[in-house]
Amino acid sequence: MHHHTADLYTRNISGCGLSGMMSLTGERVDGRGIRDSIALLHDRSNGLGGGFAAYGIYPDFPRHFAFHIMYYSADAKDAAEKALDTGFDCARDERIPTRLVEGVADPPLLWRYFATPKPEAVAQSQSASDEDFVLREVMRINAEVSDAYVFSSGQNMGAFKGVGYAEDIADFYRLEDYQAYIWIAHGRFPTNTPGWWAGAHPFTLLDWAVVHNGEISSYGINKRYLEMFGYRCTMRTDTEVMAYLLDLLVRRHGLPIEVACKVIAPPFWKAVDRMEPEQRDLYRALRQVYASALVNGPFAIIFAHRDGMVGVNDRIKLRPMVAARKDDFLYISSEEAAIRAMCANPDTVWSPRAGEPVIGCRGQDVSTSAPLVSSTEVAHATA
Amino acid sequence: MPQLDLDTRDALAGAEAEFAPDHTRPRADVVPLYSPPEFVWRNDTERCRRCKRCVMQCGWRALSWQDRVGADHNKCVGCHRCEAMCPEKCIVVAPNPQHYKPHALWSVTHRKNVWKQGDTGGVLLTGMGNDAPYQVIFDHLVLDACQVTNPSIDPLREPMELRTFLGRKPERVELDAGPGSALALKTRLDPNLEIATPIVFAPMSYGSISLPAQKAIAMAAAECGILWNTGEGGLHEDLRPYAHCAVVQCASGRFGVHAGYFNAGAAVEIKIGQGAKPGIGGHLPGEKVSLEVSQTRMIPVGSDALSPAPQHDIYSIEDLRQLIYAIKEATDYAKPVCVKIAAVHNVAAIASGIVRAGADIIYLDGFRGGTGAAPTVIRDHLGIPVEIAVAVVDERLRQEGIRNQASLIAAGGIRSSADMAKAIALGADAVAIGTAALLALGCTLCQKCYTGRCSWGICTQDPELTRRIDPLVGARRIANLVRAWSAELEEILGALGLNAVESLRGSKERLRGLDVDPSTLDVLGVKPAGVGA
Ligand code: SF4
Ligand code: SF4
Ligand code: SF4
Repeated sequence: MHHHTADLYTRNISGCGLSGMMSLTGERVDGRGIRDSIALLHDRSNGLGGGFAAYGIYPDFPRHFAFHIMYYSADAKDAAEKALDTGFDCARDERIPTRLVEGVADPPLLWRYFATPKPEAVAQSQSASDEDFVLREVMRINAEVSDAYVFSSGQNMGAFKGVGYAEDIADFYRLEDYQAYIWIAHGRFPTNTPGWWAGAHPFTLLDWAVVHNGEISSYGINKRYLEMFGYRCTMRTDTEVMAYLLDLLVRRHGLPIEVACKVIAPPFWKAVDRMEPEQRDLYRALRQVYASALVNGPFAIIFAHRDGMVGVNDRIKLRPMVAARKDDFLYISSEEAAIRAMCANPDTVWSPRAGEPVIGCRGQDVSTSAPLVSSTEVAHATA
Repeated sequence: MPQLDLDTRDALAGAEAEFAPDHTRPRADVVPLYSPPEFVWRNDTERCRRCKRCVMQCGWRALSWQDRVGADHNKCVGCHRCEAMCPEKCIVVAPNPQHYKPHALWSVTHRKNVWKQGDTGGVLLTGMGNDAPYQVIFDHLVLDACQVTNPSIDPLREPMELRTFLGRKPERVELDAGPGSALALKTRLDPNLEIATPIVFAPMSYGSISLPAQKAIAMAAAECGILWNTGEGGLHEDLRPYAHCAVVQCASGRFGVHAGYFNAGAAVEIKIGQGAKPGIGGHLPGEKVSLEVSQTRMIPVGSDALSPAPQHDIYSIEDLRQLIYAIKEATDYAKPVCVKIAAVHNVAAIASGIVRAGADIIYLDGFRGGTGAAPTVIRDHLGIPVEIAVAVVDERLRQEGIRNQASLIAAGGIRSSADMAKAIALGADAVAIGTAALLALGCTLCQKCYTGRCSWGICTQDPELTRRIDPLVGARRIANLVRAWSAELEEILGALGLNAVESLRGSKERLRGLDVDPSTLDVLGVKPAGVGA
């Protein structure tokens, strides 16, 4: 059990701006719209971090895990590739295309790999699935290979991030060249910074990508809870716990996304006590079992996965979040103006209530209230 | 040397044998008592209205009446009951100002203990918790607060949630399709105890404390939506109405234990150890075993109720498992089983074994925990602080991936809502309070509970004394305490930017150490003050 206090320094707090867009029909659009949207939120960041995640960008490698890795030394690349080689068959690897941009300085070496796990390696590691194996390997590289950081590891998706204003990061990564059905973006305002490219948002793990505005006041316990399930928080920011919580709750524990949102931002007991018995039992059970997964403190997050995009606020809405619809597109952002920067005339614009997720799912309509509770209200005590 | 004939020699040897006890143990009546009085009693005779109330109030009979109040300072324990009850407020009970030449090694306490043992030749007894000047770790931990980057939450305007569940939880929740598009719960949860605030009352048996005192605690528990604990004294008939919020204890003496008793309570607690006296059983002197105590405990009137040090059917962890499951069988798996242990060096491994043996709750009693009676040497020198115990047990259970299988109750020296918040941040699900509840009832911590003469009517069975507690008034005072601490906990959570207590639980990130040595900080898993995130 022995550990040293030096190991405990893990976190860097920040504020920020967020934007996201999604085509509910799977139509792909390039990265200019999301760039303009996050550019409008320039003042919500301070040039110390910006980033994007895009889904549907690698149609040539839809089943391969696309690893985006940043290297701060040549040795790191060798070491990480050695680790990848033992576990994966790599179909292609290449430098991630970038261009020189004023305002983006000192990038690390950025490389991407399209790889599939070797079945024998998966079996040998006793992983339950390819995903579990990828998870394990990503955690291992990030924790153990110094100067190497896997910042994206999903299929047919990728994260692009770095130190700079988000719009400059978009230009740096040439996002206009990618076509995606989901784009999420983040401009960061860290209160202190190690000038750390891996610390920019989004945080990703497998197909999950999370952008976050807030400071997780429950970080300490969320982190310790996740450690019980083998997650290792190495990115020195609280946002990564969001990504890992979603992975745990949705992928590993099989909870529907709307239920996972109710774990992260549960309704108040007052509201639960008023529910019909079956729903009450369900919410009580969720709260009892997942008490340590409750994310407390101010947050607005947008997270995405291969089938959709979700926006959710903390349970008393301490950070801004607005949503809008236009035809088959769903938009979520910190500010309405940033939505109008990518969609001038939305059909509807609304401000989701505290703890009420906005869930966009490919091929389905947007759901905005707690779907578990059809008959009675899940009125939040603060509403 | 003169030769003795055999007869003479045998006769002398026999005589020696006969008198041997007297050689090794001088008779008390020839030993003058050197121990000085601890307190001096004075009253302002000008103001004294000669009502004799003080004389009647003193449970230790230190005061007498001969035209005016006379005090036997030697008998005064400094309980301050007379002072509080004097209508003229003209009494002062002060420490004996007698001054001994200072000695850094031989403290006056050490000297007094030696004098007392010279007087009596016995094991020194005491009551309440360890009063030795060890570092109080709670006082060297500070809590975080929100500034700018995250907002604090105003507990007067926003909801704050303290509701807590004690008991085993599954690792995950599984769902089924319910009616329509709704989802239904598939996982069957083990029984959990729901408490409105993360406080429970510590076990204090009927026998060690008076019935009105226990009733006051039970009523307060019912009112506050929390739990009280029978201790190892059985469940008195008068307290049946409060059984729904009682934890019924099964300790080594098995006093008052039967299947009906197990089923009467909300949960069953197996007491292995007590923080104030790890490794020692409960001691209830025969003087405190009145008719009613005897009926509740199911022992003869006036007999010493000396619980064995170990439970004689638990000599190993597998034996404990059998008892846990015997109790679960007896209660049809409807009640959580708690195991109470004293915090000792190896507490993390012991706790892990107890969880694996099937316990749903672990009650960790630190070495500051209170008691009705304990040998002073045991109370003051055995065990470890609860702060450390909670931190290492929580960490161990997490490392083993079994933290969800049991809840942790931290006890032993929880003096304030701040201690409670810190214990929770170190990993406790709830805290237990014993001494604090008795203080709310009037106890002044004179530490003489073992005498059975408590002037405040708490630790006594003398009807003259016990009737001083009106359970209704006592319950009000104790419930007020619980309410006050809960409100303060909400203030703390608000300052931390949290609106649910579970977000503080185990969140050592919100603690910093001040003046704690680095190795202790490592054990606690807490960073030193001045280090940010
Ligand atoms: S209680 Fe006070 S006023 Fe009454 S006899 Fe004692 S000292 Fe005097
Ligand atoms: S009541 Fe208490 S303080 Fe007063 S004389 Fe008796 S023992 Fe001393
Ligand atoms: S309960 Fe009574 S005897 Fe025990 S310390 Fe408190 S006042 Fe003294």
